Amino acid sequence: MSAPLIKIENLRKAFDSHLVLDGVNIDINRGESIVVIGQSGCGKSVLLKHLIRLLEPDDGRVTFDGEDISRFDFYELTDYRRRFGMLFQSAALFDSMTVEENVGLGLKESRQYSAKQTRDIVNEKLELVGLTGVGEKRPAELSGGMRKRVGLARAIAGTPEVLLYDEPTTGLDPITADMINELIVHLREKLQVTSVAVTHDMKSAFQIADRIVMLHNGKIEFEGTPQEVSTTSNPVVRQFITGSSVGPIQA
Amino acid sequence: MPSGLQELGRLGVNFIRAIGGVFILLYKFIASLQELHRSLGLFVHQLYLLGVKSVPLIIIISIFVGAVSAWQAAYQFKFIGAPLRLLGHAVGKAVVIELAPVLAAIVFAGRVGAGITAELGTMKVTEQIDALESMGISPVRYLVQPRVLACLFMVPFLVIFANFVAIVGALIVSIIGVAVSSETFLTGFKDSFKLSDFVNGLIKAGVFGFIIGIVGCYHGFNTKGGAQGVGLATTSSVVISMVLILVFNFVFAVILFRI
Repeated sequence: MSAPLIKIENLRKAFDSHLVLDGVNIDINRGESIVVIGQSGCGKSVLLKHLIRLLEPDDGRVTFDGEDISRFDFYELTDYRRRFGMLFQSAALFDSMTVEENVGLGLKESRQYSAKQTRDIVNEKLELVGLTGVGEKRPAELSGGMRKRVGLARAIAGTPEVLLYDEPTTGLDPITADMINELIVHLREKLQVTSVAVTHDMKSAFQIADRIVMLHNGKIEFEGTPQEVSTTSNPVVRQFITGSSVGPIQA
Repeated sequence: MPSGLQELGRLGVNFIRAIGGVFILLYKFIASLQELHRSLGLFVHQLYLLGVKSVPLIIIISIFVGAVSAWQAAYQFKFIGAPLRLLGHAVGKAVVIELAPVLAAIVFAGRVGAGITAELGTMKVTEQIDALESMGISPVRYLVQPRVLACLFMVPFLVIFANFVAIVGALIVSIIGVAVSSETFLTGFKDSFKLSDFVNGLIKAGVFGFIIGIVGCYHGFNTKGGAQGVGLATTSSVVISMVLILVFNFVFAVILFRI
């Protein structure tokens, strides 16, 4: 077994007096698709943001290929972040830019591509997520599902090694959500990337995960394959996947 | 329920945290200047958005500031029995030294400082700033640097405009309302005009512009919550910018205009 690509060790994070992550340990292997599930507000997005140092831990560390990412200087961190692509919960498209400019911004700022190469890559990625002919539109002119797909095109524009998905299907109708899930699976197969997604949508989790990790009260409650999750007798996991209001999880 | 002392302590901690936050942003801004060449296009764009688009407002404000200065000065002259031929002298000094730099900066803080905070604050709460960082783009270089530099350069530029328009406003009122000839007014103005006053006014304006830019960006970057958070951050940004402009104006008065 090779060493994990990303290793989260004893991660702790509090906001003021509220402890969100309380010693989280997760190993993520190269090429794996891991999904972190848990209640809203349990720290899933906080965990995801630690992977690219959008947040700094109070304690513990994250290593990538054996390197402690907290030791990266400004330029190393910039290079490190370019190895990732992230789809944000609300897509986080730049509303002052067109779709084309949104998708191409990372490429343009990396200064590794000519204007023509950037345009070609943008068109290729938009086609990959099933969006053609919307390059000149502004994010405000798009539906929620289209915005997520543009966000996805932007995330994969720089051909990242790791894709991070923050609630990829939240706020979408079931059909569009299924389309996004299919797209995530398709992209993973086509681009051979490592994926880390956080969601509370169990259908999405089962569809895209090789391994599911459940966060509860700031700690890992359960870890296993989708099959193991669906058959476990763990009362916390059972309550969560059945969506029951009765059980150990308090709303 | 927190006691008064606890509340005072909380305010004190928040104040020190804010001062520290502004200095950290200032440090990052200075560090980002190493990559100034990469942001020139953004800088030019901000010059237009923040500065050129403020020109009409500055013209309207300045013409009335000049007009009311001439009117009030004439009223005071009449009261103390001073000769009206000194009107151009008095109004010219007041406009170049104080009124144009301070009022242009206050108007700029209201229009541009508020706009910067609202824009960056909205970007913050909708994760657009996180998205920039996730792509390996420094938000300080990409967002703060062009805005702060544009404020630094455009406020002095607007003050030059404001000086000119305010004097025109004062001249019109002097001729029509006070019956002072243009020749008398302009002779008084020319006699009182000192290049050093004008330059000091521009130096002040540059500092005010820098304050507006950095305070606006700081509040935008530290916006929390949703629409309400953006509103609160915008209000704080404008209020703090205006207070700092007036405080620094006094400091400049003591340093630059020795009695």
